[in-house]
Amino acid sequence: MAAEESYPEDLKYHREHDWARIEGDTATFGITWYAQDSLGEVVFYEPPEVGATIAKDETYTEVESVKAVSDVYAPLSGEVTEVNDALADSPETINEDPYGNGWLAKVQLSDPSEADALMDAAAYRELLAG
Amino acid sequence: MTPELRRTPLYDAHVAAGAKLVDFAGWEMPVQYEGVRQEHMAVRTGCGVFDVSHMGEVQTEGPEALDLLQRLLSNDVSKLQVGGAQYSVLCREDGGVLDDLFTYRLGAERFLTVTNASNHLRDYAWFVEHADGYDVEVYDSIGEWAMLAVQGPEARSIAEKVVGAELPPRMRTAHLPFADEEILVCGTGYTGEAGVEVMIPPRAASALWDSLLEAGATPAGLGARDTLRLEVCFHLYGNDLMVERDPIAAGLGWCCKEETRFIGSEAVAAARESGPDEKLVPFSIIGPGIPRQDNPVLTGSEEVGMVTSGSLSPCLEKGIGMAYVRTDLAEPGIEVEIDVRGRRRAARIESKPLYDPDHPQKET
Repeated sequence: MAAEESYPEDLKYHREHDWARIEGDTATFGITWYAQDSLGEVVFYEPPEVGATIAKDETYTEVESVKAVSDVYAPLSGEVTEVNDALADSPETINEDPYGNGWLAKVQLSDPSEADALMDAAAYRELLAG
Repeated sequence: MTPELRRTPLYDAHVAAGAKLVDFAGWEMPVQYEGVRQEHMAVRTGCGVFDVSHMGEVQTEGPEALDLLQRLLSNDVSKLQVGGAQYSVLCREDGGVLDDLFTYRLGAERFLTVTNASNHLRDYAWFVEHADGYDVEVYDSIGEWAMLAVQGPEARSIAEKVVGAELPPRMRTAHLPFADEEILVCGTGYTGEAGVEVMIPPRAASALWDSLLEAGATPAGLGARDTLRLEVCFHLYGNDLMVERDPIAAGLGWCCKEETRFIGSEAVAAARESGPDEKLVPFSIIGPGIPRQDNPVLTGSEEVGMVTSGSLSPCLEKGIGMAYVRTDLAEPGIEVEIDVRGRRRAARIESKPLYDPDHPQKET
């Protein structure tokens, strides 16, 4: 079952519909409820490589529905330290639990101050309403 | 400014059913309701109903209607009996495919041809332009019809219950009464399953839609329509068919009867004689990955073709597609690679259909 629409207050949001849960100089990334709802049921996901360097505002992975491929943008820059391998077998977890078990990557941040440019939940909701 | 999208008479019904609506060839159409995969499986195991009212209709009527259609359509229209249905392509002089069409013969001198939404105006103009000198009237009748496709192993029994009359068999049509209107029921479809397509006056469309849902049909969107047709290797115009390709390369030589002298028949005969450089073939991905339109087909470092349709197959649970591939490689069993956005995925050329609804257990 798909999750109910929500945008947790403890996350930071990127305009391309990605979220970051920041803990010091590390962060967990995923896609927002809005992103998974627009895409429809996720049927295929291949995680990025551990050790990959990713850059804020650039694509670091893709999620696929039956019909379409959607690029996923990095909300912050850094190096991938852990990926969610469980999603290879159950990519629909991204729909069911986009902020929990549907996380995509954990990242060692190269510049934590980049987070200043991200939105809080209220600003992101405003973007969606826009 | 985005031009205003056209809506079918079932627009409100789609919204009520929770549809995700998209722009499809200028129409605001449901791409999915609950989810593409569920709707796909509903059609394979039960009954789905699709609103395909965006498809166009051209009516050709008069003493020389048959002669005109024989000139325009690739198939032998003289073989089409009253109450029958026939598939054909519409070609340019050079054999390029303008559209693929079903034609229903409603009377000795009356035919209804169903067009693809994106080609409707071009097709209609082509019909009118070539009708000069024939004793015939050509009408654009897109406004007269809504169209529902009822498809799946339970489709015929559900549609029969709703219409309250015996349905025509496969590739036949019947005029039947429904809600004080006359509807045209056709034993055709685009999913490989049993079922019917129903042409109905727009004002009665939502009554039919509601009755079908009450009788157990699942609303299915254009997303599922695409995955269903791809599993059984039916062509989609704009993906697998285009003016730059001839029907021989597309594997549609079976519906081209060059002896009828249709427009483009000389080019089609020449293509048949010389054999195409590339052929449209189905393929499946070996392992992970979903192929998509425009992905290159490779052997080693050489590009040998291009994907025209690609998706995940909900029934086979793997990536499938169709591609134009160099003829010497267009044989079932040959292994190639597909460049899926930079990742090379192993693939195997398959035979049609990729999925056979009559023998779903087939090992592939």
